[in-house]
Amino acid sequence: MRKIFFQKLAELAKQDKKIFLLVADLGVKFFDNFKKIDSKRFLNVGVAETNMVGTAAGLAMSGKNVYCYSIIPFLVMRAFEQIRLDICFNNLNVKLLGSGGGLVYGAEGVTHHAIEDIAIMRSLPNMTIVCPGDIKEAELLAKESVNYSGPLYIRFGRDFDASVYQKEIDFKIGKGIVVKEGKDICLITMGAMLSITKQALDLLKQDNLEPTLISLHTIKPLDINLLRECAKKYKAIFTIEDHNIIGGLGSAVAEVLAENNYQGKFKRLGINDEYCPIAGKPEFLLKHYGLDAIGIAQTIKNS
Amino acid sequence: MNNYMAETITEIERLAGLAREIRRDILEMIYRTKSPHIGSSFSMVELLIVLYFKILSIEPGKSTHPNRDRFLLSKGHGCPALYAVLAKRGFLSKEELNKFAVDGSILGQHPNRNLKQGIEITAGSLGHGLSQANGMALAAKYDQAKYRIFVFLGDGELNEGSVWEAALFASHHQLDNLVAIIDRNRLQALGKESEILNLEPLAEKWRSFNWAVKEIDGHNFAEIMAAFSKIPLEKGKPTCIIAQTIKGKGVSFMENNPLWHDKYPDEAEYQKAKQELS
Repeated sequence: MRKIFFQKLAELAKQDKKIFLLVADLGVKFFDNFKKIDSKRFLNVGVAETNMVGTAAGLAMSGKNVYCYSIIPFLVMRAFEQIRLDICFNNLNVKLLGSGGGLVYGAEGVTHHAIEDIAIMRSLPNMTIVCPGDIKEAELLAKESVNYSGPLYIRFGRDFDASVYQKEIDFKIGKGIVVKEGKDICLITMGAMLSITKQALDLLKQDNLEPTLISLHTIKPLDINLLRECAKKYKAIFTIEDHNIIGGLGSAVAEVLAENNYQGKFKRLGINDEYCPIAGKPEFLLKHYGLDAIGIAQTIKNS
Repeated sequence: MNNYMAETITEIERLAGLAREIRRDILEMIYRTKSPHIGSSFSMVELLIVLYFKILSIEPGKSTHPNRDRFLLSKGHGCPALYAVLAKRGFLSKEELNKFAVDGSILGQHPNRNLKQGIEITAGSLGHGLSQANGMALAAKYDQAKYRIFVFLGDGELNEGSVWEAALFASHHQLDNLVAIIDRNRLQALGKESEILNLEPLAEKWRSFNWAVKEIDGHNFAEIMAAFSKIPLEKGKPTCIIAQTIKGKGVSFMENNPLWHDKYPDEAEYQKAKQELS
């Protein structure tokens, strides 16, 4: 996801000299293209996230379109007050690119895990949150983000080489995508859970279940119209996220369903309000939390 | 005495009169609204007057001009002084100033970014201004623009780690269009800095961070003007002006007394202060 995003961003930066990219000494393999285009608009600010975000604010106040990159806990949590005050209150054109959504940095430990970031970012007025579901969405998001005005948080999750889409898609910030139209049951995913949940569809088919699959890549603002439609159409709605079930995708969807008198079954799949004390590859840890294809299919069957 | 010296002396007398007026305005604002930070505001007055009346290339009515000099108040709690100076300089109306800290006002006890009124950044949480100044200085360099960025920090604010991240960045990127002014009044909210978190040797700290440093008397107009007229102090380095100041300057019983970080004057104190500032 990141590879294609930064490739696209570099292409866009060639045309648009307002685009700056700041990074906090991480992500070594992604920035060569951008540096080649204009090394003065690429700054490795060092291991200093608060200064990175404050500097981004100063650049944005001077008419620049600024992207900041780091691993999520350092970007979102270390520099949080700068995000709140300098970026969000002033409603500036700064894009925060967080890597390692969920348990991507599995073996690196809890310092690098990101299971609270969406809850935190959702509470900020003016903030938009997008978790691209696959490489296709990430590529289209790069283009959308350049023209998007205001604070934007992009959460990169696990990289899968293949896209879940067989054909071109219409990607717009704030509009969910119906990936597969099914019946009775609706599975709403964000980020990389899209690919894994798509694998779960094959398992569910063996039990004659054919749910609808939705990529709700934009967590804020939510696609309320799409969710209202889902509330009318489906007997059961599941949300699937690699995030704490408190404050993330599931919470956001639940708010809309509750206010629209949804009478069907609703369940949040995610990380059940606990830190992950064990090391392991992301696929191992997701399985541990029942968030692999088999686990997801099982939960849906049993519900 | 030659004409030039006579003119300089007259000008300094004029500025001193202006400083008394500004302090009276601040006193009124704070007394009327029972607001904190009168001491923190009084220590800034001469520095702000020189910047706003002598140094900054700015103009009311053109407060969004892309090539204006930027003044960033990072110690946001000193904003009563900034508001009073902005009003004198024509960025704020007297009417708006009179609404300071009252219900529904845009002028709170910490400032919100408001370019129309000449307020460049939102401040009040310490340690935010220098990084934003870095971004502006970087943008000016990239655009090959001539404007300069002046950022005003409290010395208590230097307790914040973010200031030092930003200080490293500014010198690394040779931001010689950036000036940090430190209001060195040696008191912070709860007492003396030397007892809470010692900053000395402060000038050496900034020099070791590769800044060009000048120490001045922050209440002496001639010294302030001389320092701000030579920016950058050294080509290729950001400038740090350490201004030795007195918290509560101008009112005898407020000077150097940490109580006046938060305290507002009662009726008797107000009358006495008013008299001293007349």
